Formats: sequence, structure tokens, C-alpha cells
Amino acid sequence: MMLDARGLAVRYGPAHLALDGVSCAVDQRRFLAVVGPNGSGKTTLVRALSGLVPLERGEVRLDDRPLGEWSRPALARVLAVVPQGEEVVFPLRVDETVMLGRYARLGPLAAPGSADRAAVAQALERCDVAGLRARTIDSLSGGEWQRVRLARALAQEPRILVLDEPTTALDLRHEMELFELVRRLVDDGLAGLVITHHMNLAARFADRMLLLSAGHVAAEGAPADVLRPDTLREVFGWPVAVTHWCDGSPQVVPLRPQEARDP
Amino acid sequence: MKPHVAVLLPTLVIVSIGIGLSAGSVPLPPGEVWGGLWGDTSASTIVRELRVPRVLLAFLVGGSLAVCGAALQAMIRNPLAEPYLLGLSGGAGLGAVMALASRAAGPWAIPAAAFLGALAAVGLVYRLSVVAGRRLDPRVLLLSGVVVGAFAGALMSAVIVLSDAPTVRNAFLWLLGGFGAASWQTLAVFAAYALLPLAAIGLNARSLDLLALGEEPAHHLGAEVNRIRRLIYLCTALLTAASVAACGIIGFVGLVVPHAVRTVARPLHRTLLPLVFAGGGAFLVLSDAVSRVVVRPLELPVGVITALVGVPIFALLLRRSVA
Repeated sequence: MMLDARGLAVRYGPAHLALDGVSCAVDQRRFLAVVGPNGSGKTTLVRALSGLVPLERGEVRLDDRPLGEWSRPALARVLAVVPQGEEVVFPLRVDETVMLGRYARLGPLAAPGSADRAAVAQALERCDVAGLRARTIDSLSGGEWQRVRLARALAQEPRILVLDEPTTALDLRHEMELFELVRRLVDDGLAGLVITHHMNLAARFADRMLLLSAGHVAAEGAPADVLRPDTLREVFGWPVAVTHWCDGSPQVVPLRPQEARDP
Repeated sequence: MKPHVAVLLPTLVIVSIGIGLSAGSVPLPPGEVWGGLWGDTSASTIVRELRVPRVLLAFLVGGSLAVCGAALQAMIRNPLAEPYLLGLSGGAGLGAVMALASRAAGPWAIPAAAFLGALAAVGLVYRLSVVAGRRLDPRVLLLSGVVVGAFAGALMSAVIVLSDAPTVRNAFLWLLGGFGAASWQTLAVFAAYALLPLAAIGLNARSLDLLALGEEPAHHLGAEVNRIRRLIYLCTALLTAASVAACGIIGFVGLVVPHAVRTVARPLHRTLLPLVFAGGGAFLVLSDAVSRVVVRPLELPVGVITALVGVPIFALLLRRSVA
């Protein structure tokens, strides 16, 4: 199961080309991290990969079939996407929310069966929210709500998992736990795509990175090939140094102006 | 669902139907209602030919309007949505009045004309709110609904005043909403138009759960969002049209009832919709009973009663959604 995008272009207005010639591939047992400045097209890429915006050019293929040939329920059974924000209007309970992940596998009237309940229980457990199952979602903290939404995506039992800035509301421990969880899921066979601002964590957990800049791919490849000081300086418009952590992963340190002058 | 709801709601339904059967310009104690139903007493004609169809019609209409409200609220993600405030009732009323004025309409054609009016209103409301904001803003949608409803109301008044068809004369009274003209025939017409859309909304209960999360999460979880939206618009327009044709414009049922039910039951639509239907039925049967007894021997239009209950609840919900 592979998600393959070739030469994507998405236009939001006559003068606003949000994506311009972006290609990427997400494959089983591979963790792809997408990084880039605000407004560089990261979220648009997620929307394009899940068929939510019309493409001006390019093609997305899932399992070697054009995305347009997939019905939404069929798509939801293999591709789970957790978009950025989600405003709650009618507060469900946590377990009810996660059960909504089973929508594409349930008939219109059938009650959830044992397979559905098992998938929900496992998803709750994996995201460390089983203890919250009877709480209503308007009573959760930002981090808890984020983990519940991830649990809902896992309840879909997808082959490909796409997360758009999943750790923005999470503290250090839950952020690390989330990256560890995604890495574990990927090692167990999932394909993972995570959009994040945390380049240093991405460099330690991801197999490959994609650096977007103003709708273009500025760099793509192994973390060490993407996180280069000159590239990052140009893309982010700020001087950086790149050191290495003991596991060999590149780590980005933004420089203060005086540090940039005398290295 | 909290356990007491399973007891409370059926009790409410039975009590409301009992009150609905015994209240009226000729008050009948429960014993006489019972005798009139099954035996051949002096009350038999009143009970069988007037009260029973009236109460059943009020129950079905109330349930349908309440289900419309719940479905629209999930779809546009706003607890203030309901057929009256979204302009559907106004459009349906205009369609019905125009059919009456054309003198060509029988009892089966009026709901169809009302349906066309409701669809036109919903289309206009949708266009207005998409033009006003690039993405569909629920608040703009509600505002457009009120504006389109007012516009339809003005046109309705013009048609009623200018028409010389005799049936249009008492249209003003009919438009205020009431079950005074209920008969076994109006009940049959309403049921024929309402059963299919009610079933279709019920079959999409799970989809409504997803739409209530928002467009993007709903897509990702596997809902065919646009198809479901079209279906819900179509079904709510049809139910509103059938209601308006049967008993005029009755507002706020779709607002009051889902709100009340959500305070005692889980907001998942598979359980919410049946409870909302039963609650809406009981609410309108009771409102109709009140409308018949408060100024006896006159009858208040039942729309007056539902508005008196509904407007304070609207204000409460508005305060809460702004806060």
C-alpha cells in the first residue's frame, strides 16, 4: 500500500499557487516528515493527498489507482488523516468519538460488533486515553483531545496515517510519546506522514524528510541531506547551525544575530 | 442515554396524547375519551373523527419538524438551526399559497408546491451565504435564512391580498399554524409525504455524527459529505413542506426539542433522532392542547404557543454560543 504524488499543483486564487510541482511518496514501514515555514503548503499537501482540493496539475495514486477512483469510505479504510484543528459543537464522550473511526466499516443501522469494540479499545490504549473513555470531549485538555483524535484515526485501522501538526498542543512527554507511537506503528507496517515544525524530532524519528518552501520542494531525502544550514537559512530566512546528536541525527540550532556574524 | 429517559419519554408521549384527546372546546374526561374510542357513545364522533386525527397529525408533524431541526443542526454545526429560522418554512408557505391562489391545487398538490418553495428557499439561502463568505459560515447561513424567510413572508402577504381565489381568504389564519382543519385525509397526505424522508434521515444517523464534526474530519472518516448534505436538504425541505401544507407555519419545534433532548441523552444521532421524534411529537400535541384551552372557546394558533416557548430558548442558546 503506497501513496504516491507526482507534480502536484494546487491553486487557491488567480495569484495564489499554494503547491507547485510537489512530488512525494509514502510507503509502508516508512516515516516521512514534512517540514517548512508557515504558509509553505504543508496543509495543502495533506488536503491534496486526501483528495479534498482540486489539482491544477499532477496526480495522486493510492495502491497504484488514481485517488479519484476511490470512494470516501474505501479511502477511509486505508488512509487516516488527522487534520490540524477541530472545533467541538456537540460534545460526545471519548469512546463515542473514537468509535466514529469505525464509520467506514459499519453499515447504516448495524450496531458496532466485537471487532469494532476491540479496535476502539486498542486505539484508546495505544494513545494512552483509555482512562478518559467516559469523559466528554469538551472537558479534555488540548493534548488529551489531540490524542483522542489520533485514537479515532487508529480505530480506522488504516494502512497509511497522515498527521497535520499533531504535537502543537502537547507537552514534552506527550510529544515524545506521540513520535514514539508513530515510529512503532510505522515499524509494525504502517506508512506514516507527519507534518511538523519540530525539525529536530523529525530528524530523529523519520526515515525521510520533505522541506517545502512557498509551494515548492526545497529539499527531499534522508534527514542529513535535508537539514543543511545553507538550505534552511534560505527557506526560513534565519541563520541556523546544524550539529549532531549522539544517534547521528542532524539537530538544528537557530542562531542569534551575533552568533551568525562570528561563528 | 440516561436510564430514566427510557421511562420518562414514553410516559410523556402517552400523557400528551391523553391530554390531546381530552382537551378542546368540548372537554372530555379520560373515561369518555376511552368510551368514545372503542364504544358507540355520544363522544364517538368527536373522538374518532376530530380528536384522533388531530392528535396523530400534531404528533407526526411535531416529530418531523424536530427531526428536521436535529438534522440541520448537525449538518451546519449550529444548535440554532431549524426549518423556520433557515427560511424553509417561509419558502414552503409561499409555494403553498401560490398553489392555492392558482385554484388548481388539490390536497395532494399543495405539499408538492410547498416542497418546490422550500427547495427554492434553501437554494437561495445557500447561495446568499456562500457569496457572503468564501467558506460556508453557519452564522451567515442563519442570517440568510431569516432574511429569505422574511422575503417569502412578504411575497406570501402580497399573493394573499391580491388573489381572488376563495380558498386564499383564510390563508392568513392557516399560515399562523393550527390543527383546526385536521382530518383523516390531511393525516394520510402528510404521512405519505413524510415517511420516506424520515426513514432516509434515520438511515443517515451515523453520517450526521460525522457531519457534526466538521467537513474535513467527516471526509477523512469516510463520509460522502456532499451527497449526504444534498440528501438532508432534500429530506428536510420535503418534511417542512408537508408540515406547512398540513397545518401552516409552526416555528421553533426543531429548535426547542433537540435542545431539550440533548440535555438528557447522548448526542449520537442513532439514539438522538428517535428520542427527538418522540419528544417533538409530544411537544406539539401538548402545544396544540394548550392552544385550544387557554382562550376557550377561541383557539390560539399553535405557532403562537411554540414561539412563546421557543424564543426564550433561542435567546438562551444564542447567549451561550456567543459567550
